[in-house]
Amino acid sequence: MAETNSQIQIKGLRDGLLVSLDDAPWVEQRTAFLTQVDAQPDFFKGARLALDVASQVLHVNDLVELRDELSDRGIFLWAVISESPTTEKTAQLLGLATRISKPRPEESRQFSVEDLGEDTALFLNRTLRSGTRIEFAGHVVVLGDVNPGGEIIAEGSVIIWGRLRGMVHAGSKGNRNAVICALDLSPTQLRIADEASAALKPQQNPKPEIARINENGKLQAELWSAA
Amino acid sequence: MPAEVITITSGKGGVGKTTAVANLAVALASSGSKVVCIDGDIGLRNLDVILGLENRIVYDIVDVIEGRCRLKQAMIRDKKLPELYLIPAAQTRDKNAVSSADMLRLIKDLRSMCEYVLIDSPAGIERGFRNAIAPADRVLIVTNPEVSAVRDADRVIGILEAEDKGPGSLIINRLNPTLVRNKDMLSPEDVLDLLAIELIGIVPEDENVIIGSNRGAPVAYDPKSRAGQAFRNIARRLKGETVPFMDLESQGSFWERIQRLAGRK
Repeated sequence: MAETNSQIQIKGLRDGLLVSLDDAPWVEQRTAFLTQVDAQPDFFKGARLALDVASQVLHVNDLVELRDELSDRGIFLWAVISESPTTEKTAQLLGLATRISKPRPEESRQFSVEDLGEDTALFLNRTLRSGTRIEFAGHVVVLGDVNPGGEIIAEGSVIIWGRLRGMVHAGSKGNRNAVICALDLSPTQLRIADEASAALKPQQNPKPEIARINENGKLQAELWSAA
Repeated sequence: MPAEVITITSGKGGVGKTTAVANLAVALASSGSKVVCIDGDIGLRNLDVILGLENRIVYDIVDVIEGRCRLKQAMIRDKKLPELYLIPAAQTRDKNAVSSADMLRLIKDLRSMCEYVLIDSPAGIERGFRNAIAPADRVLIVTNPEVSAVRDADRVIGILEAEDKGPGSLIINRLNPTLVRNKDMLSPEDVLDLLAIELIGIVPEDENVIIGSNRGAPVAYDPKSRAGQAFRNIARRLKGETVPFMDLESQGSFWERIQRLAGRK
């Protein structure tokens, strides 16, 4: 994604496009921009657009007009950035954002590995706090806790060397042989393949447990013993 | 020495962030440090009320950011403590009036003017929260000993870790020792077990906190209040002193204390 016109710069953002105009007369700018959109309709269609209008002073009808023109072309205008307080006020009036915040840190992560063998595992040497979501196309091993509100979705088995109090889905693509083990198995919910179980009672003296789908096809947890 | 910037946050609303900021500011300023506290809750300002400075506001943080006044003009000096200043939030705007870059700029100017900058974060994990933590050197997380507050604190700690603001230090606010003893409330151990971060203070439930907030005289002024003592202890720990944690058990009635003493023997 790169700039084309001398006055109009188009940049790709994490979640959409940023179009920067300059201070040339607004009508010219607008026409030039729309012409450019019409030249590449497929590129723009469905885009989330943030518009930087430099110090253009824009009133409600200017922005409404542009927003309608854009939405006719399948483009969603969500932010207008401007150095002019009047334009900012106009944008706020229309419910548009006036600043592009920096992208949020990764709280949800999807890991992928080339040529995933059957025994590939993701090792996480930390505690997964509320709001963290891990998705992996293999096994997952956690050295740490999974707190309430944390989630692990794995195609293989999941082993927690710590307390499991969040949600784990093992065998997420339907592998009914997947297991879930934890030193303290007190999840808010467990899932293996398409079986789910509601919260297990927290124990007074937690012991390591292993959850699997038993012969009757039910998800069941049992104490782990060295024997 | 440039100021240390401390942001007080929680995720959940109503756990006592603003009260904590007011009391820590009073405690720090009473012990001779120059403190500036900033109300980051734009649109829902409270800190001015709790500090009793409501009727002195002329300019606010948005006025500074948008260039309508100088920084010093928006710094309201406390009634009693000449070393304590407040930069109030705007009440007629919302969180979008300020960006993280604005906050960083503002704090940069403040650093040379005082020893501590305390930022009162709004509830939630949206823009206002992100603005409040952006300039922080250190973050204090306030929670109550209840499941929902602890869950939100956990989420906030996760975000702080992701943004390299460290895990932060924990204040457990409004602990009721009687309820904990009867196992009707999470104990500090239960909370720490889940959050696994450094504890910097436990503040017992104390009706004087509410009375003080309504009067605009934070409880940290009150030498007899247990909550006030807890906040003064946290302030000393912020300054690097080692202060033992209070014995919360001794707060029961005289008769309860006798019973417990008898029970121990």
